[in-house]
Amino acid sequence: MKSISIKNNEAITLPAIPVLNYLDFLEYNTGLMGDEANHCVQYFAFQRNNVLKLICCMANDSEGNIKISSSEVLFNSPEVYPSFSNIHLSFHCFEREIHENFGLNYADHPSLKPLRYPFNKANKNSTIANYPFYQSESEELHEVGVGPIHAGIIEPGHFRFICSGEQILHLEVQLGYQHRGIEQLMISKKNLLQRNMLAESIAGDTVVGHTTAFVKTWESLCGFEASQDIQFVRTFALEWERIANHTGDLSALCNDIAYQLGASVFGRLRTPIINSFQGWCGNRLAKSLVRAGNNRFPFTRKTADTFLKVMDTYELDYLEMYKRMRNLPSVLARLEKTGIVNTAQAAEIGTVGMAARMCDIHRDIRASHPHDLYVGLNHHPITKRHGDVYSRTQIRKEEILQSLVYERHFIENIPSLSSCNRELKQPTPDTFSLSLVEGWRGEICHCAITDERGELKIYKIKDPSLHNWLAVALAVRNNEISDFPVCNKSFNLSYCGHDL
Amino acid sequence: MISDIKILYHQGKQYIPDVKTVEMPGIFRGRPVISRIEVDTNRLIELCPTHAISSNPVSIDLGKCLFCGECEYVCPDKISFTKDYKLSSNYRNGLIVREGNDSPIILNPSLIRKEITKLFGGSLKLRQVSAGGDNSCECELGATSNVNFDMERFGIEFVASPRHADGVVITGPITASMAEPLQICYDAMPYPKIIVLVGTDAISGGMFADSPAINRGFLDRYHIDLFIPGNPAHPLTIINGLLSLIAKRNR
Repeated sequence: MKSISIKNNEAITLPAIPVLNYLDFLEYNTGLMGDEANHCVQYFAFQRNNVLKLICCMANDSEGNIKISSSEVLFNSPEVYPSFSNIHLSFHCFEREIHENFGLNYADHPSLKPLRYPFNKANKNSTIANYPFYQSESEELHEVGVGPIHAGIIEPGHFRFICSGEQILHLEVQLGYQHRGIEQLMISKKNLLQRNMLAESIAGDTVVGHTTAFVKTWESLCGFEASQDIQFVRTFALEWERIANHTGDLSALCNDIAYQLGASVFGRLRTPIINSFQGWCGNRLAKSLVRAGNNRFPFTRKTADTFLKVMDTYELDYLEMYKRMRNLPSVLARLEKTGIVNTAQAAEIGTVGMAARMCDIHRDIRASHPHDLYVGLNHHPITKRHGDVYSRTQIRKEEILQSLVYERHFIENIPSLSSCNRELKQPTPDTFSLSLVEGWRGEICHCAITDERGELKIYKIKDPSLHNWLAVALAVRNNEISDFPVCNKSFNLSYCGHDL
Repeated sequence: MISDIKILYHQGKQYIPDVKTVEMPGIFRGRPVISRIEVDTNRLIELCPTHAISSNPVSIDLGKCLFCGECEYVCPDKISFTKDYKLSSNYRNGLIVREGNDSPIILNPSLIRKEITKLFGGSLKLRQVSAGGDNSCECELGATSNVNFDMERFGIEFVASPRHADGVVITGPITASMAEPLQICYDAMPYPKIIVLVGTDAISGGMFADSPAINRGFLDRYHIDLFIPGNPAHPLTIINGLLSLIAKRNR
């Protein structure tokens, strides 16, 4: 048995994961990529004495399971290993992280670019200030550097363009400015509430997404099954967060193409959505709503009535504005055929979420690995074919309408507050658990491992932005540099989710 | 053209007429009030994820508070969060709310430099630097310029270059990688300049206060002009804080 197959949110004992020798491990996992239903959701390493344990989690979207396999190599050895990325590029981000944190040497990795310059990196001499960007000696090309501090109110990151006049030939993104050491803090902070709050801070615009992944990982470590009302709260909030962020993105996109009416109207449409979160749990971004093993802010009939009123007024204004926007030739001229990433490129680099669905790759955890109220919902992901900025705009527009349909459907059947007061037990020792959640950007994956005393030993977080940043670099090629903001905004990836 | 007019008509008047007196909708965890009744203070102190609660007298440090509401949930007779959104102060101790104290948090006028009132009363241009922020405070800072809150009607706006700026607004705990870019940005700003910290992460480091990945040395070198707490700071808190800083005062 080369791997053990689990369902989303299932916990297994750590020894149950088969250990293969490195070459078999390489062949097995890269071999799985031959089937396009397979994609790597997490591949990480951790140190145990003088051994580096590698664990690879491959999700199969048609079977709805995740195949976990592992391998062991010597830690701190000069030995050189063949890389997964040379066979299939989608593993590149994971191997860059393993190389950066543990110094594992790869013989043939296409680009061992530093991932996030963590404080515990293996090579203390490499710093973010002296990273050697790809350069060209040509006298006809010039370099443009943007960041880390950007013109608008956004997170820091550095973009290095190589341009020929106005046309971008190459973009290299360097992130790592937001690194706060969350994965290590998850281990060092022992209190569950502290860990819950850390999960809320991974990416402040994806509070519900990441916190849901955290609580489900924790609950599966403790063998706790969430009651219907808790599942309702999480699913409802996840879809509401999706609506809120997509609306904000449409506003920002209009702002970047200088369409003032759209920017103002979509901007103000976001306000009632996030004010509803505040009315529910006291925070506009839903911080403190999702808690492990607990329903702090139950969703009642009264809450439902407020939300329904908001949805009805929102939908009218939203449809009116969107219809106007998509009929304007000046808007379409900026959005169509700009920032194209074709299907072959997206499949090669392993994009997830909206960045995959915009070029016809059906990746959506709500359909392939459903959890909570998504089970039995029979969700159909919205996909587009062209891979340009307009496709990404259209996906947002249609996902908002789809989420509104789901929310109205959920509200028809509000479960009552669970009467059985089940306590959250301590986590079981020597356990591995994994949780996949479809955040509004794409798939979020949290993995946790406990030691022989049941204490949390390893916590791995993957935000969808980890896969998708390379898509931004590909999308801007051959576009004008003035189109960079709209291309970047059409993806709207998380810098802090990438940097942790 | 007609459809544009229809949209404008349907949207109507979106701005909040008076940002200083508007009532916060729904539940809002603003300024807490701590009653004098006796409770197990040790339980409260251990419960708080960022150790914002201390005893003798029982107090909550809003600069460390993440406004998670756990203390209120566990001890509703002792701690209750009011809907008062004016939380900003211009001195660090002004953010500490003590038991028995229900007075609003106000700025100390003697600590406000004369240049601030003289030069920035009608026009304050700010540069936003996200130094490890998780994007929640950045979203709320962005929301201050939308048609509902419209901070620009007071002359406060965000600019694209430190050369054009009168002050820097910092969010996030200041990661080690952002320490140098932040310093370079601050050095590039002309005098007189102010420093504003928005959000719990910026004021005290929040959950990241003891992370080895952050470097808050910048804040030890300069006087901070305004602390705006919140997790994230609500746009009304931000606007009221900035307005109190630049307001005309009778000396």
